[in-house]
Amino acid sequence: MRLDKLGVVIAVITGYAVTVAPFATFRANRIVAGEPQTLLNSLPAWAGPTLLAIIGIAVLIGLFRTPATFRLAASFAALIALFLLIGLAAEHLTPANNTYARVSPASGFWLLLFAFALLAADALTRLQPTPLMRIIVLVLAGAFIGGVLASGSWDKLSILKEYGARADSFWTEAGKHITLTIGSLVAAVLVGIPLGVLCHRVQKLRAIVLNVLNIVQTIPSIALFGILIAPLGWIAAHVPGAAEIGIKGIGMAPAFVALFLYSLLPVVANTVVGLAGVPSGANDAARGVGMTERQRLFKVEFPLAFPVILTGVRIVLVQNIGLATIAALIGGGGFGVFVFQGIGQTAMDLVLLGAVPTVLLAFAAATILDAAVELSSPSHSRTSA
Amino acid sequence: MIEIENITKRYGAATVVNDVSLVVEPRTVTVIVGTSGSGKTTLMRMINRLVEPTSGIIKLDGEDNRSLPGHELRRRIGYAIQGHGLFPHRTVAQNIAIVPVLLGWDKAKIDKRVEELLSLFQLDPTIFGPRYPHELSGGQQQRIGVARALAAEPNVLLMDEPFGALDPVIRSKAQEDLLSIQKRFGTTIILVTHDMEEAIHLGHKIAVMDGGNLLQYATPAEILANPATDFVATLVGTGDRPFRFLSLNSTGDAVEPGNAEGEAIPASASQRDALAELLWSGRPALPVINEAGKAIGRVTVEGLVKRASRPAA
Repeated sequence: MRLDKLGVVIAVITGYAVTVAPFATFRANRIVAGEPQTLLNSLPAWAGPTLLAIIGIAVLIGLFRTPATFRLAASFAALIALFLLIGLAAEHLTPANNTYARVSPASGFWLLLFAFALLAADALTRLQPTPLMRIIVLVLAGAFIGGVLASGSWDKLSILKEYGARADSFWTEAGKHITLTIGSLVAAVLVGIPLGVLCHRVQKLRAIVLNVLNIVQTIPSIALFGILIAPLGWIAAHVPGAAEIGIKGIGMAPAFVALFLYSLLPVVANTVVGLAGVPSGANDAARGVGMTERQRLFKVEFPLAFPVILTGVRIVLVQNIGLATIAALIGGGGFGVFVFQGIGQTAMDLVLLGAVPTVLLAFAAATILDAAVELSSPSHSRTSA
Repeated sequence: MIEIENITKRYGAATVVNDVSLVVEPRTVTVIVGTSGSGKTTLMRMINRLVEPTSGIIKLDGEDNRSLPGHELRRRIGYAIQGHGLFPHRTVAQNIAIVPVLLGWDKAKIDKRVEELLSLFQLDPTIFGPRYPHELSGGQQQRIGVARALAAEPNVLLMDEPFGALDPVIRSKAQEDLLSIQKRFGTTIILVTHDMEEAIHLGHKIAVMDGGNLLQYATPAEILANPATDFVATLVGTGDRPFRFLSLNSTGDAVEPGNAEGEAIPASASQRDALAELLWSGRPALPVINEAGKAIGRVTVEGLVKRASRPAA
């Protein structure tokens, strides 16, 4: 049998992860330096060899050129085993009745997670799942993680101890994060699409608007927050009612405005590109059959440009989920709060409490919108049955 | 009837159409011929006001075409373009139904009309109705483009190089279809092309344009016999002239009494085809049969050659 190139890479990573790298870290309390633990040390006597066996089989399946379904099943089995056993490791390493001790996944665990996620992604790509199938896989993965969380088997892990200590504020910040992300996206779509249509129709405006938005895009987010403090502060002080609805130099308002400004370029640019891509014959015919300008826009141009515009929305959503983390710097809230608190306290698990949900949210948003773009594209909906 | 009176179109300093006047009789096919940049498409697009003239008037059945808003005017005029211009995101049936939908016809009437048109163009409505344009061949797309233009039963049909993207075999079939549909509905057709052969074949009258000017507006026979300028003569092609002339009339018109040996030619074939058959088979005469298959006489090489010579002015 012939070797698979990616399989070789995965085998090397897993080899390093199980032999050299520590699987979990034990710390006597939250901020002291940790003691790295090997995979076999971290787990109960029966579990360590079991995990090694599952990993070994999965690596072998990945190493040779096997059917994609086998590879997918092997990678999922390894991922599920990793997820379940890291909770068990926390249970195993924490001394009884000790509430100060912290156990967190170490580099070995993360490398294994990365290696098998890579194998799973590669297998999924080879299977060419339909958009609907991809969403189903996403929902199943979400349900699995939700189930593990609900079962309490991860409760001894350090990151969940951090969560336990601030469960209320976690959900408040999650709400703020999503409000910031979705709110600025909606505002950008409401402003950006009409602006894009205008730029498409008026040649002179196009260069100006796109250049300005390009420049905005290059301003670093921290600098943009700084720039916004003065004007928003002025508005809060001088425009009646502005302060009452929450507009101030720091906090949610500047974060919202900054995300909105960053969102405009992808929305406007993709609207312009999408409209420019409408076949000239279709536009000429639309006029020729007697459509009004409005009918032509809504019945011909928008439907044909929709997949490209939706791609812009996808870029914005994923970008905003990541960028909204920075909002915490100016008191805008969101998952960034935990990231920056964690950095301040050198508590890496607190950083993870902010970072992991952000990554998962971005990943889920990208998967769902990619599926939506594909469903709306001509090549998908228009192939013959 | 379409009356074009002193129409001029300028873009900045460039005059694209220069003071053109012509009258298109109802229920006829008028072909506007010219090279690219001659202003032929612009002239046609001013009829349904896709382009607004700089000066001059266009009247449809005596009524100024500016008496209606542009989009309402265009719903009354059929419009078919090169490369069909179908909407890629709509099915064949939805494409054909565009104008009736814009006019607010009720659904039953629209469905019936779509079915009727698809059948007319020899496309099975149950098979082709739900398909998308990209699933059709070039010839089928072109037929759908014409069917869409005819959907609301317009009196006038404008066609911009409608057969330009088709291969020669499908093109001649599409031309025959167009002629039979024109006879059937009595539609007034204005067709733009750069192909003089197509113009002679389809047009009751031909308008030759060059550099924005109308050089000649006459019947094909007149244009072949007496081209108004050297440019028109070049377009007609001196080498092909006698054969194009013969192609204007049917064999039935050249029948002489008498018999001939060998395979017969139908009276409906053009005289050009008859001459070609005579030359190719090396016979001096061909028997001619009518639609019923009955012999009605013969055509001779000598007779056809006489007909191919330039008519006395």
